[in-house]
Amino acid sequence: MTNHWIDIKNSNVVVIMGGNAAEAHPVGFGWVTEAMEHNNAKLVVVDPRYNRSAALSDCYAPLRSGTDIAFLLGLSRYLIDTKQVNYDYVKAYTNASYIVREDFEFNEGLFSGFDEKSRTYDKETWYYDLDENGYAKVDESFEHPRCVWNLLKQHVERYDFETVSNITGTPVEDYEKVCALIGSTHTHDKAATFMYALGWTHHTKGAQNIRSMAMVQLLLGNIGVLGGGVNALRGHSNVQGATDMGLLCQALPGYLKLPNDKDTDLQTYLEHYTPKALRPGQTNYWSNYPKFFISQMKSFWGDNATAANSFGYDWLPKWDKQYDFTKHIDMMYHGEVNGYFIQGVNAINSMPNRNKTLAAFSKLKFMVVMDPLATETSVFWQKDGEFNDVDPSQIQTQVFRLPTTLFAEEEGCIVNSGRWMQWHWKGANAPGESKPDAEILSGILMKLRALYKEEGGVLPEPIQAANWGYHDPYFPHGSEVAKELNGIDLKTGKQLDSFSQLKDDGSTACGCWIYSGSWTEEGNLMARRDNSDPSGKGITPGWAFSWPSNRRVLYNRASCDVNGKPWDPKRTILEWKHDKWHGIDQGDFNMKLTPQESAHPFIMQQEGVGRFFALKHLAEGPFPEHYEPMESPIGTNPLHPKVVSNPAVRMLDGVAETLGSHKEFPYVCTTYCMTEHFNFWTKHCRLAAISMPETFVELDEVLAAAKGINNGDWVTISSKRGELKTKALVTKRLQPLKVHGQLVHTVGLPRHGGHNALTRKSTSCNILTTEVGDANTQVPEFKAFLVNVTKAEAI
Amino acid sequence: MSAQDIILSSGTSKLAPAAQVRKKLSKVAKLFDATKCNGCKACQVSCSEWNDLRAPIGEFTGSYQNPADLSSECWTLMKFNEVTDEKDKLRWQFTHTACMHCDDPACLTACSTKDAIVKHANGIVDFDSDKCIGCGYCVTACPFDVPKLDTVDQKAYKCTMCSDRLQVGQEPSCVKSCTTGALKFGTREDMLFIADLRIKQLHEKGFTKAGLYNPQGVGGTGMMMILHDIDDPQSYGLPADPKTSLPIKLWQDVVKPLGAAGIMATVAVACLHRITVGRNLVEEDEPAAFDHSHPSKSDKE
Repeated sequence: MTNHWIDIKNSNVVVIMGGNAAEAHPVGFGWVTEAMEHNNAKLVVVDPRYNRSAALSDCYAPLRSGTDIAFLLGLSRYLIDTKQVNYDYVKAYTNASYIVREDFEFNEGLFSGFDEKSRTYDKETWYYDLDENGYAKVDESFEHPRCVWNLLKQHVERYDFETVSNITGTPVEDYEKVCALIGSTHTHDKAATFMYALGWTHHTKGAQNIRSMAMVQLLLGNIGVLGGGVNALRGHSNVQGATDMGLLCQALPGYLKLPNDKDTDLQTYLEHYTPKALRPGQTNYWSNYPKFFISQMKSFWGDNATAANSFGYDWLPKWDKQYDFTKHIDMMYHGEVNGYFIQGVNAINSMPNRNKTLAAFSKLKFMVVMDPLATETSVFWQKDGEFNDVDPSQIQTQVFRLPTTLFAEEEGCIVNSGRWMQWHWKGANAPGESKPDAEILSGILMKLRALYKEEGGVLPEPIQAANWGYHDPYFPHGSEVAKELNGIDLKTGKQLDSFSQLKDDGSTACGCWIYSGSWTEEGNLMARRDNSDPSGKGITPGWAFSWPSNRRVLYNRASCDVNGKPWDPKRTILEWKHDKWHGIDQGDFNMKLTPQESAHPFIMQQEGVGRFFALKHLAEGPFPEHYEPMESPIGTNPLHPKVVSNPAVRMLDGVAETLGSHKEFPYVCTTYCMTEHFNFWTKHCRLAAISMPETFVELDEVLAAAKGINNGDWVTISSKRGELKTKALVTKRLQPLKVHGQLVHTVGLPRHGGHNALTRKSTSCNILTTEVGDANTQVPEFKAFLVNVTKAEAI
Repeated sequence: MSAQDIILSSGTSKLAPAAQVRKKLSKVAKLFDATKCNGCKACQVSCSEWNDLRAPIGEFTGSYQNPADLSSECWTLMKFNEVTDEKDKLRWQFTHTACMHCDDPACLTACSTKDAIVKHANGIVDFDSDKCIGCGYCVTACPFDVPKLDTVDQKAYKCTMCSDRLQVGQEPSCVKSCTTGALKFGTREDMLFIADLRIKQLHEKGFTKAGLYNPQGVGGTGMMMILHDIDDPQSYGLPADPKTSLPIKLWQDVVKPLGAAGIMATVAVACLHRITVGRNLVEEDEPAAFDHSHPSKSDKE
């Protein structure tokens, strides 16, 4: 979240799209009802299903799953056409006036530079026109035909109401209502917030879904202000922390990059990832990249990292391709992986295309499962009727189960959606032989070190050099790790106050620069529990620690105009008064600068402004574009039939054959979570099972009638990849949508089932899903794939 | 709350009322705002947790509503209804279903066992399972279909409004766990005030039919509900005009006092007779005359 949960109460229009906050985040959703009751806010819900969020909405619009970009680009067009744009904001704080290279093009669904063979773009042309100093050229009059504003207008022009409705299936009347409500926040005294979650990320164009919304928020001037923002709602406890800590295959903690094999030495690497300012006088905060990175290396390797050995840079792994989990499972499937460590995920249930995952796991020599529960993954080899139809005699994989503690059985920090690092204490002792993850992993490291010492081996250096000076090397305490992440001045031995003190000469160590300031010489700031809110705006500076720098609203410089005057006096976060900045939150800029010097609120960008045109940062283009899901129910793209789906997705060998056609599988299936359950955990929990005992599939009344299916009947849902049996819930809350001259039915499948449930067993929905994922993140398209539905005999 | 707070008790009549001295205690109420409820079931689950209730794990029955109905092991249930409103718009209505704590409780009126059902001065209607004989009169009498007999011990159970929590100054567990502020708890007066403000706001927001469900047929309720459409409580699974049924009222208000009066009158007449007439001495030569008057009976004997 750029903002935080409590700040939702400051919104005038709350938009839930690509998520279902009432259902999946019921506690945080309390801030929505707060805004509705006490700030007269309107709730807009856009979703394929009339869900629990929709039940409380002022305005609900259905859309076909996988068409959010069309919906949002159409909204952008509407805002521009009707002049419901916050022009002051757009002129000052976005790249609308920047001029794009002459050779950048968009034609028939493809941007310039596409190579069909590799399914990738040469992004050379996706850039600004630069002047002789290397700065982007701008035209503040917006008249230049190549300025971003004019290119944007041209790009979204195609998305008129009828076109959008034809793609999304949203009735024009509903669509207009949504547009008008959101458009009403273009004034300085109104703000809209967007709450989204996996409903946007689980698509082959997930990142572009979110970008389309961010563009709307820029048009409306809704970023950096109270009650606004781009607000991702995190599902798992501490998944925000996991991302911050770089638990992705190409990342290091603090959103630093794991080097690739072209970054042959430290110098090359730093040059690659340290951007140059694209406009004069920019903060360009990533220019500090070397300070963050060298300090991280000092934290990783301690005294073993010196200028002479490039601070241990060579000990880092360098990737040659993206080793995300889909790729890994594909490699297992092809016999290229022997062993697999699984921690913090129930892979056999969570990964797409379960039959392939099963086959892949069956080829492993060994698997280690670290989990508090006996997950389905750890018994993937066990025959369980129709729910897990395997032949154990054919599976030779040796499975080791290492029971871990649960969050409540250990002390540490959990980072919530609003970036609050909240320390928590151990609530109970762990049962049986379970141990904290840190203890298990440290034990393995210690054993590896001993083995390297005794027996030698390939590349012992990183194992031997790791900085492991904990009081008990077999069990680092959470507080020791937290202090390390905050950072230390190696000369004085004191905890750092902030990442602004980091240096690139090896004199500071910091494990995760964005966490700097969370455990200073003052102590553990994450443990603070003062919930006083002096401004009444929901900003509680004494509660826990909000990274970065205890800042509660990111980009908050954008809440004032260029001269430091708040756009809306009732929403003042910061104000320039008497030659000084005053405010209720930490400024997201150098507060020693004058308003004019700091008038580039998006300090992490090279040009300091929000981008309508995203340069080379995304795989499928600098502007979002509507592409159909990989499995499209209409089999074409009404905008450009030659480019139906995202051209830049990764297609692993053999995967194209696992995709179904709308002729064989005519219905759109979408998977989701329910309030009553938490992923695959609570099917073991009696109270959760009492309140929602079994899995089911939601069908609209028209489809059910056509198939002769009654409420509660058994049905078979099949995709090109597999099938499952479950019971039908026939409901008015799903409606067939008119799309491109045909009726499209949506089928809704909750995802909580598993064959090892202690309550009621069921088949995992991922037996149906496809592994093709977002072109940037490789997150699979769990939310829009094709199935068929038939009536079935009971299990 | 203590036994001293009981102001109405089953199995007794108005001629022998409970102590009324503590009647001045404020009445409390739970206010459920259906227009703010997101159907998350936190209230339902926390009710089971606080009261140690575990209904059997059921089967999917074609609805989000699970279990299908209240039971002796389920005292709070979220009901789910898909309703098409007057503008032909779909509305998914969630109803927090639990004891309504009627001011004029039909269950208590119907109960013939002394003190098995009581009403406290704060308005809470509570069951005492030690005294319950399992006759099921309360089950049939309740116009909201709330009390349920347990299949094992054959006693009736229902929501207690967490009277054990109230006793130590805590709100009911359902209110504590509500995620959206749809459930509130306080004095009945305060809840009426809040409901009034909220309904005005809903009218301004376009819910012109919004209103408070606080049916007077049962004397008003200790759980009041703000509904989107007060004209259609049935669509929430609520009766339109709940009342204590006539036979039960007759039983409580007429037959039971009459019975008591009858017993007292009999005693009074007996006393009067003893004083005025004295003992009724039987003459020894009388039996022959008696036999004449009842020949058939005598034959039989």
